[in-house]
Amino acid sequence: MTKNLRVKSSEYIDETNRISFKFNGKTYHGFKGDTLASALLANDIHLVGRSFKYHRPRGIMTSGSEEPNAIVQINPDTNRTEPNVRATEVEIYEGLEASSQNCWPSVEFDIGGINNFLSPFFPAGFYYKTFMWPASFWEKYEFFIRHSAGLGKSPTSSDPDIYDHRNVHCDVLVVGAGISGILAAKNAAKNNFKTLLVDEKNELGGSTIYENNEFNKIDNKTPSEWLKKEIEEIKGIKNLEIKTRTSVAAYHQYNYLLARENLTDHLEAKDKTNKIRQRLLKIRAKKVILATGALERPLIFNNNDRPGIMLSSAVKKYSEFYGVACGSKNVFFTNNDSAYESALSLYNKGINVEAIIDIREQSESKIVKKVKEAGIKIYWSHSIVDTIGYKRLNSVSIMKLSIDGTSVTGSKISISCDCLGVAGGWTPAVHLYTQSGSKLKFNEEKNVFLPNQNKSEQISVGSCGGDFKIDEIIKNLNQKLKDNLNIKETDLDNVKVEIDQENSKRNIWLLPSDKPLGKTKPFVDYQNDATAKDIKLALREGFRSIEHVKRYTTTGMGTDQGKLGNMHALGIIADTAGVKMAELGTTTFRPPYTPLTFGTIVGRNVGKFFDIFRRTSMNDWHVENKAEFENVGQWKRAWYYPINGETMHQAVQRESKAARESAGILDASTLGKIDIQGSDASEFLNRVYTNAWSKLAIGKCRYGLMLNEDGMVYDDGVTTRLGENHYIMTTTTGGAANVLGKLEDYLQTEWPELDVYLTSVTDHYATASLCGPNSKKILKKIIPDLDLSDENFPHMSFKEANIGSIQCRIMRISFTGEHSYEINVQASYGKDLWKKCMEAGQEFNITPYGTETMHLLRAEKGFIIVGQDTDGTMTPIDLQMDWIVSKKKYDFIGKRSLYRSDTMREDRKQLVGLLTDDPNIVLEEGAQIVSELNQSPVEMLGHVTSSYFSPNLKKSIALAVVRGGKDMMGKKLFVPMENKNINVTIANPVFYDEKNQRLNA
Amino acid sequence: MFLINCPYCGERDQQEFKAGGEAHIERPKQPTELSDDEWAEYLFMRKNIKGVQFERWNHAHGCRKWFNMVRDTSNDEIKAIYKMGEKPPSQ
Repeated sequence: MTKNLRVKSSEYIDETNRISFKFNGKTYHGFKGDTLASALLANDIHLVGRSFKYHRPRGIMTSGSEEPNAIVQINPDTNRTEPNVRATEVEIYEGLEASSQNCWPSVEFDIGGINNFLSPFFPAGFYYKTFMWPASFWEKYEFFIRHSAGLGKSPTSSDPDIYDHRNVHCDVLVVGAGISGILAAKNAAKNNFKTLLVDEKNELGGSTIYENNEFNKIDNKTPSEWLKKEIEEIKGIKNLEIKTRTSVAAYHQYNYLLARENLTDHLEAKDKTNKIRQRLLKIRAKKVILATGALERPLIFNNNDRPGIMLSSAVKKYSEFYGVACGSKNVFFTNNDSAYESALSLYNKGINVEAIIDIREQSESKIVKKVKEAGIKIYWSHSIVDTIGYKRLNSVSIMKLSIDGTSVTGSKISISCDCLGVAGGWTPAVHLYTQSGSKLKFNEEKNVFLPNQNKSEQISVGSCGGDFKIDEIIKNLNQKLKDNLNIKETDLDNVKVEIDQENSKRNIWLLPSDKPLGKTKPFVDYQNDATAKDIKLALREGFRSIEHVKRYTTTGMGTDQGKLGNMHALGIIADTAGVKMAELGTTTFRPPYTPLTFGTIVGRNVGKFFDIFRRTSMNDWHVENKAEFENVGQWKRAWYYPINGETMHQAVQRESKAARESAGILDASTLGKIDIQGSDASEFLNRVYTNAWSKLAIGKCRYGLMLNEDGMVYDDGVTTRLGENHYIMTTTTGGAANVLGKLEDYLQTEWPELDVYLTSVTDHYATASLCGPNSKKILKKIIPDLDLSDENFPHMSFKEANIGSIQCRIMRISFTGEHSYEINVQASYGKDLWKKCMEAGQEFNITPYGTETMHLLRAEKGFIIVGQDTDGTMTPIDLQMDWIVSKKKYDFIGKRSLYRSDTMREDRKQLVGLLTDDPNIVLEEGAQIVSELNQSPVEMLGHVTSSYFSPNLKKSIALAVVRGGKDMMGKKLFVPMENKNINVTIANPVFYDEKNQRLNA
Repeated sequence: MFLINCPYCGERDQQEFKAGGEAHIERPKQPTELSDDEWAEYLFMRKNIKGVQFERWNHAHGCRKWFNMVRDTSNDEIKAIYKMGEKPPSQ
């Protein structure tokens, strides 16, 4: 049985456009312009969810983003599902489905509701106190706790929507398009400031747009009429951009703000496809005007959480803006005049208002008089002591308040009702203000925290700045705009405002009941079920800091971040502990103001754009030839080329043999290349490498080792002297960018006197490395007129040549120990070069090999790989590479550190070769090495860094770092594994062709 | 997210920059003359001040130039920016 509570036509609701949607599986109707909340209320549905801890039935409480209770799962079990969405923010569309959360089997009958009756056993800190013993049982407890708790469900399939990021720059950003925001934006834009106005709602005007209090007038119009005219006017201003459905999530330092613009959430599924769903705006504003308004406070009394109990301002908005009555028998409970506006709003539409319960002794304002004239019963100095109705409010019990407000007296009066509007005053929305680092100050008179010390170029206007009345708002806004934007005149100078004066206020943070506190449930945080007695318990148990009380009681830690009840929590702590609010301070407001989807945060950086890959110009060939790839830094490198279903091991064995027996070819394009020019280039290399460079002849190549200032090996590679003042340096693939950065750093900051210029040319060249005894014959076929004799083109030298019309640089250098050439061409010719080599090498069975074979071949020669055989703790001496450290040079990066007491220790880990006694056992890289098997605890001497089965030596070989290993040649050690101990012997790390005869083969 | 006024390019987003630690620590001209302690002082010892700190920054995704910045680490206020080799502003 559902009633239709649509009571009045509203200009914001399109009653010609009927929309059907499903809630908990049942179909309902609403109209275009409705939120899920307003549409449900129009169908007389208040019960939408269950609370987190006690599973108490909960209803729609607010009309905005501060909603703590009405959080739902949107489009459940689809790939567009979204949990924890506030029903008050969802604009309905045809086909929308929503369901309640945190209840089983249904919101109407929830098994977890038993927690409510057990609640005396669930005080603050219940979980901490109860599930501590025995400690080992936590995993079992956790399973059940997690099962019964938890809000919505995350989607399980991939998100079909597109998300976007955009950088936005403006002179003035205005956050919030209520009356203050609109006036601020209008005057900023009219004074030639490039202005952006954003609001989280789909309509401009905030709460003033439906403000029809007949006693408030602006230029003799109601605030609503007057504001509508202003809104029409701003829509035509040129340098004003307006974004609705845009919620500012974060306000960082230097006026950097993040906002989420919602583009398709209000559209039907068929209109969502191929459109950007949400866009993250990264806003840099020269000035920020915060006009975020204020949130109405609830009142804290016994059982203040039943479905049907709402904020008074929400009752008014549903009535005025959506044309929906929230109940047919309404009662208001208030400590100020604003509930009277809501009551009149209902009364004027012929909706029954039973009574207003006011904790004040009286109020003389015009609106109160008008309510009296309407015959609505007002109970002055009364408080609600209890509410009745499990799944929907059906009555309230009231009693007279004592003069000091701490107790109730007299007899209990019961008032039957189905909706209670609660008005506890207003809390300025200072969340964004404090996120920016600005500081608040407590205002005793208004009982609010207000902006005090601005951190950046910003002002807070309207109610978020502490001005609640329209006359104050316009007057103070006008002055702030003039001061901040340096404007002389505005069109607000001559605006005439008349308002109804409110002349009494009364604030009681926790209202008394006839029952002792322990027997009542006055909720402070609705979502997390934290009550006033939990807060008092925390104080009794010794918590003092507001941050500690918050965490212990979980007050303010739900998805709504306690937007409603935080002030009351502070007030109750202050009252109980006998301290002033000002001394207590507030908890920290952190971004985001309202939750963001992960999609919005990552934007376009998903799928293949999550982490970009770099590919060489030969990549297509590798793909066509079924190479397997490995990631090296951001590069995709060919790893091995399996044929006929080979395993990696089989492919690598074949490739390694071929490279040594005839010819192999490797794509070495990814090696970092830095072009070094300038009259001090040789001196520069002398300072950055450990070995000497001044005497390197033009056309020659040299291997260099680079250290950090702490003496540890940083990078290595071959550098070639192309001309008198011109070198090309190669670096490791992964280290290229860091090496360039480090060299630039030294050049700019330590040695600015050196005439040296560095340019990264990694991407400019493609490199094919041709190796093996037949490499010379292959190169001869490609470049017939180049003299490849050892006399003309010896090992470690360089030639420029042409392959047809393609210019190339050829280095005769070797990382495999074989006779080999590295051919560099402009990157765009890389694939062409590769194909030419393959074609010419066909008769020699040229075999393409990948990084794995490269690693194996170099390990046979004992060549290190920086980052595999070193880990940032190895000096060149530790690597047994003393030969590369110049004794003659006065200085180079890291030299002094090689003579520190620690780097000179004899028992440092040193690089050695390792052979298994059984030549068929291949050690695991990373395996630990020990000398004793029966020691406890066993002493680790080091670990295996590289390990392969060598097809050329027909045995397993490994490199390892071992403490004091240098002097342990031939020593027998052990590599203990999970189910066996492997016997190993320390050996010379050069396993193959120790005399380097193959280089000239 | 700071807005940093690169002395070569102008105001840019912090994302384009890389912090490079404490400024005005000069590499010793004659490292070999230094004792282990003196060398360690240069190599390892850095200040970590809550308050005004002199720092090196690099416009890594821009002009690649290094420069100095005076920043209050307690509130991230940038007090001054000046080129390498220029005298730091007096306190």
